[in-house]
Amino acid sequence: MNPSGDNILEVDKLITSFETDRGLLRAVDQVSFSVPEGKTVGIVGESGCGKSVTAMSIVRLLPQPTGKILGGHVFFKGRDLLRSSESEMRRIRGGDIGVIFQEPMSALNPVHRIGRQVAEVFRLHKKISKKDAWDAAIEMLDLVRIPAPEKRVMDYPHQLSGGMRQRIVIALALACRPSLVIADEPTTALDVTVQAQILDLMARLQDEMKMSVILITHDLGVIAETCDEVVVMYAGRVVEKAPVGELFANPLHAYTKGLLNSIPTLETPSKSLLNTIPGMVAPLAEHVHGCRFCQRMGRITRDSRERPRFAEVSPRHWVEKCPECYQP
Amino acid sequence: MTPLLSISDLRVHFPVRGGVLLRQTGAVRAVDGVSLEIANSETLGLVGESGCGKSTLGKAVVRLLKPTSGTILHRGIDVTHASQRSMRPLRRDFQMIFQDPAESLDPRMSVRSIIEEPLVIHRLGNRAERIKRVNGLLDRVGLPVSAADRYSFEFSGGQRQRIGIARALALNPKLIVCDEPVSALDVSIQSQILNLLVELQRDFGLSYLFIAHDLSVVKHISDRVAVMYLGKIVELAPAETIYRDPRHAYTKALLSAIPTPDPRVRRTKILLEGDVPSPIDPPAGSAFGHRTGHPRYAETIGMDLGLAEIAPGHHVAADPCCLSEEDWQKIRELRKTAAPPFTAA
Repeated sequence: MNPSGDNILEVDKLITSFETDRGLLRAVDQVSFSVPEGKTVGIVGESGCGKSVTAMSIVRLLPQPTGKILGGHVFFKGRDLLRSSESEMRRIRGGDIGVIFQEPMSALNPVHRIGRQVAEVFRLHKKISKKDAWDAAIEMLDLVRIPAPEKRVMDYPHQLSGGMRQRIVIALALACRPSLVIADEPTTALDVTVQAQILDLMARLQDEMKMSVILITHDLGVIAETCDEVVVMYAGRVVEKAPVGELFANPLHAYTKGLLNSIPTLETPSKSLLNTIPGMVAPLAEHVHGCRFCQRMGRITRDSRERPRFAEVSPRHWVEKCPECYQP
Repeated sequence: MTPLLSISDLRVHFPVRGGVLLRQTGAVRAVDGVSLEIANSETLGLVGESGCGKSTLGKAVVRLLKPTSGTILHRGIDVTHASQRSMRPLRRDFQMIFQDPAESLDPRMSVRSIIEEPLVIHRLGNRAERIKRVNGLLDRVGLPVSAADRYSFEFSGGQRQRIGIARALALNPKLIVCDEPVSALDVSIQSQILNLLVELQRDFGLSYLFIAHDLSVVKHISDRVAVMYLGKIVELAPAETIYRDPRHAYTKALLSAIPTPDPRVRRTKILLEGDVPSPIDPPAGSAFGHRTGHPRYAETIGMDLGLAEIAPGHHVAADPCCLSEEDWQKIRELRKTAAPPFTAA
């Protein structure tokens, strides 16, 4: 696949494995998707389906020495990140690609002041003086709408609330005005009211800075409200991807349908039985080569079947065409 | 009829100590004057942001915490100041399940001993009967009997929550306090657990105090919903009513913040500024009016902001900062004509 002009990022047949006692286990199994310029792509799926590993493979921040990228390409602005040197990657991470992690407390250093941590990004990526970096940090805190930023720069992370901390993590990720931001469950640990503030902030900054965003979440409500395109992952593979309106109006894979049907909404009759997906995601070591959702539904007994073909069934709507799970 | 659970003007304060002598310098007013009742086979949902005191309230209800003042009645029996020892026989009827089953299940105990423990403590049945009971409970919560001889860490989050539910069911309780039982679970597993809770309620006539921050989940499972803000209930109404016709500004903001899983719907959100204020030194007047910087905040200092019944079964804090002018006038009329039917502060 050649990197095309209007996509800022193209992930092509990415394979990521982990070395374990039970051998090399594939957490991400030939995942492909692309991020159009200025758009938000959501990756959704249950825990353990490979969403975060996919994201961390893009910026090559896998746990070492166990995590290994074994195949595929990640073209960012036409350059293959998987074949870039470590020093190049260090320039890109926090520079042209920002990362927002789920748990702001572990993404921040507890023993350094907020201001120093934000200023550090400027010192690393731009050749500016300490004084200028400090001023830039205050400006950045103001941009993410932290009240009284000139005072807050002197605070330590534990002095701030969860929502404020997540704003700092966003400030760190956006400091160098990246063209791509990877946000891994940025609001999962937050209350709905604070989540609404943070999502609103991210949307406004995206608009101002013309960024592209990869948003990883398990919350379909968040996907519906913020994303342009959706990638549905199951057990290390993409089972369906489509523009957001199309995916919610016309889900084609049994897993996507199951996910959409199992959430109670304010319209669901109260105490009615909700639709469920029986069972759970099989552990990595037990993944079959054939359709893995069939495996969960108990339709596969031996590892004999072929991997279902991933095909475009209507413009930009892709789905894994397993004879059982593909339900048009 | 005596309600199953009845609490009135409950307060749970934690001392804050400071200085060299560790003198008490203040108090965290986690629960600050809460009154409510739960009937048989009823689910009362309790929602609010983190730090609003909902978990503290849940723990106080089953007397895992000692209340500072107020009363807690379990089927008419005052347990507010009951000792741990005298609580024990009463605990059979009032059980609890927790948010994180990984932390509430002992990793060194087999699943059988975990579920059996309440039976052993209450000296119920002989060994053979207990084995039979545990097997029956496992089956009831949808786990294979073979699970009994394994350890809780061998199970997934959803299965561990089932173990926690089986343990809570062991003594045939009347009320289960569910503290964020599905928040840590994936959506497909969450719906399995919600279905199980609904079925169990139907089969055994259980009551639930269901604490959660996910309002769609609370709406789904509850008969009535209480909204808590900074240690106080600010609105209490039947589930359908509170979602269709919220009266308190905080309830409106909470509801508007829920993301809708439908990309065609574009609702305008009421964005709250800032976070829940600290319960250590709460504002003297309306806590929510203080957060939003409401022009009428000054009026509310020293005012009775307790609940008033604005419509049958629909209680809302009598707070001019948080109500529409029409509702506020209505409540003033109510208060003039009669003593408020339901006071909390």
